[in-house]
Amino acid sequence: MTGQAPRLAVWKFASCDGCQLSLLDCEDELLALGERVQFANFPEASSDIQPGPYDISLVEGSITTPHDAARIQQVRAASRMLITIGACATAGGIQALRNFDDVNAYRQAVYAHPEYIDSLATATPIAAHVPVDLELRGCPIRKEQLLEVLTALLHGHAPRLPQGSVCESCKAAGHPCVLVAHGVPCLGPVTQTGCGALCPAHGRGCYGCFGPREQANTSALSERLAGLGMSKPALTRLYRTFNAVAPAFETEGRRHES
Amino acid sequence: MNPETRTLRVDYLARVEGEGALHLEIEGGRVTRAELAIFEPPRYFEALLRGRDFHEAPDITARICGICPVAYMMSACQAMEDACGVALPPAIQDLRRVLYCGEWIESHGLHVHLLHLPDFLGFPDAVQMARVHPEAVRRGLRLKKLGNALVEAVGGRAIHPVNVRLGGFYRAPPLETLQGLIPELAWAIEAAEETIRFVADLDFPDFEVDYEFIALVHPDEYPMNAGRLTSSRGGDWPVSDFPAVLTETHVSHSTALQSRRPDGTPVLMGPLARYALNRERLTPRARVAAAAAGLGTVCRNPYQAIVVRAVEILLACEEALRLIKGYAPFEPAALAVMPRAGEGHGATEAPRGTLYHHYRIAADGMIDSARIVPPTAVNQARIEADLVALAQANLDLADDRLRALCEQAIRSYDPCISCATHFLKLDVVRHP
Repeated sequence: MTGQAPRLAVWKFASCDGCQLSLLDCEDELLALGERVQFANFPEASSDIQPGPYDISLVEGSITTPHDAARIQQVRAASRMLITIGACATAGGIQALRNFDDVNAYRQAVYAHPEYIDSLATATPIAAHVPVDLELRGCPIRKEQLLEVLTALLHGHAPRLPQGSVCESCKAAGHPCVLVAHGVPCLGPVTQTGCGALCPAHGRGCYGCFGPREQANTSALSERLAGLGMSKPALTRLYRTFNAVAPAFETEGRRHES
Repeated sequence: MNPETRTLRVDYLARVEGEGALHLEIEGGRVTRAELAIFEPPRYFEALLRGRDFHEAPDITARICGICPVAYMMSACQAMEDACGVALPPAIQDLRRVLYCGEWIESHGLHVHLLHLPDFLGFPDAVQMARVHPEAVRRGLRLKKLGNALVEAVGGRAIHPVNVRLGGFYRAPPLETLQGLIPELAWAIEAAEETIRFVADLDFPDFEVDYEFIALVHPDEYPMNAGRLTSSRGGDWPVSDFPAVLTETHVSHSTALQSRRPDGTPVLMGPLARYALNRERLTPRARVAAAAAGLGTVCRNPYQAIVVRAVEILLACEEALRLIKGYAPFEPAALAVMPRAGEGHGATEAPRGTLYHHYRIAADGMIDSARIVPPTAVNQARIEADLVALAQANLDLADDRLRALCEQAIRSYDPCISCATHFLKLDVVRHP
């Protein structure tokens, strides 16, 4: 990426907008960033929409309609590097709960004229449709990680992203363990770190919004939680929120389904 | 092409939250149709909430909107607390108001300076505008950052806070965390006044509508978390009457449901409505600033919503400062909320207007049904009616000018399409 400022595009699929808002939430860096990269397609922030190709595409949201399934192919074709941002793009998001249910029933529950609505039976991550170069986890992503990735790309080195579990970060920060001390269900041991162990820091259990860590031992955790009196349906719900179709959480959620 | 008959379209509205478009049809010199199309894909929150635990509603519904998650959390909490018969002590209510102030400052700060102002000054975005108006953009970014800092201090995270629960909070924030924001709030009060003066002098298109406004009204405060649903045409109702005051219909060009009065009248919610119905409960300083900005007792020009938003930034900064100065950490941080079979209603003032939640829950706390009416779904019908009138009054403009005027008008309502379900598309068809 030498010569001209790299051309950045931001794309929205089914999502809440929170992950791309993280870019606008870089209040101290936004104007400097605007001088280093060209916002070539960022409709939430600019009406100056330029045609591709783009050097970097940030993709928010999951694929839930036939139209979006076609659109992500065009985005991929127009992008040198495609980075998915957040739980929807990397693991389907909360709307992927439909994957465990009947989308027609959903449509009828919400809309008086379900025939007006064009919707796929599932919400799927971007990587289920096109190759993805880099994934940022979180519901929402952490803006510091987004800045790290953009800075690394501008300087041509690999981004340094936190590794390990929320549990490890939590212990390193010296927070009392909510699970051990208070018997509060916590997904910290099986969740990828990156949030700053926010929930345990506030005295609540981690709810897994960064998705499963690598080699997450979910069955051992479930056994422990069952020992504390957690019912099977409650266990399923615990794994089935914002990263419900991330493989490790999906499998564990199904295991406790009656 | 006969200039009297044309179609104009904007396929993807920029600088709005979510995916939408506008379609305008003009036949024989008369605007026959204006559709604010919302094509953001549906995410079926009301369906996926069924069978979830009532404690999960605030965290799940927050994910409807990354710009106003606090509004969703507050309306959800209020509805569940209503269902379970829990009334909160003042300390918890005050802290929720601080949290809400943070969201107003963040959301309005973003909209005023980064999304709406570029229209008036002739730029495609804030980054390019900053090359000519660096002070205004930097002031906006700093205000927005303060809003986020408030949400983070109380809620633990700026987007999708983690510290909110039914009955209160997981933890009352440490005293020094909130007090640490006092100097910046003192700066922000003056900065907000500067922004009010700046936007008051903008050139506003001459366009007024005789709106029926709907907003919460509370006897003691400018409304955020509490109040009665009130109409500018008379009438006020408990929040539980919301479904009778505004009825929902589903139109073919939208994945959002539209709400109107039972007689079909489209209404306006949001800053203009709150201001018209609550001006006397602004802080004295905000009232003075509003008057100096030429707002009068009612503002009927949607383009001037940018001024009202700026006044609400000032109000929110002053309120946050007042409440933080009186803050002392409290225990317990939340009241216990025990489930019981029944239903509950909640309505709070999201930055864009009144956000209504209704739930039925079972005795074990499982959610049986959920109904959520976001303000953009209510405003959508009103926006369409305004666009018809606006286009009709400006038919002499060339297509690109008319399109720009309509787009700017749409942005002035700050539609939240992810909330309403989606994205705006503007189309102008002039038939030959």
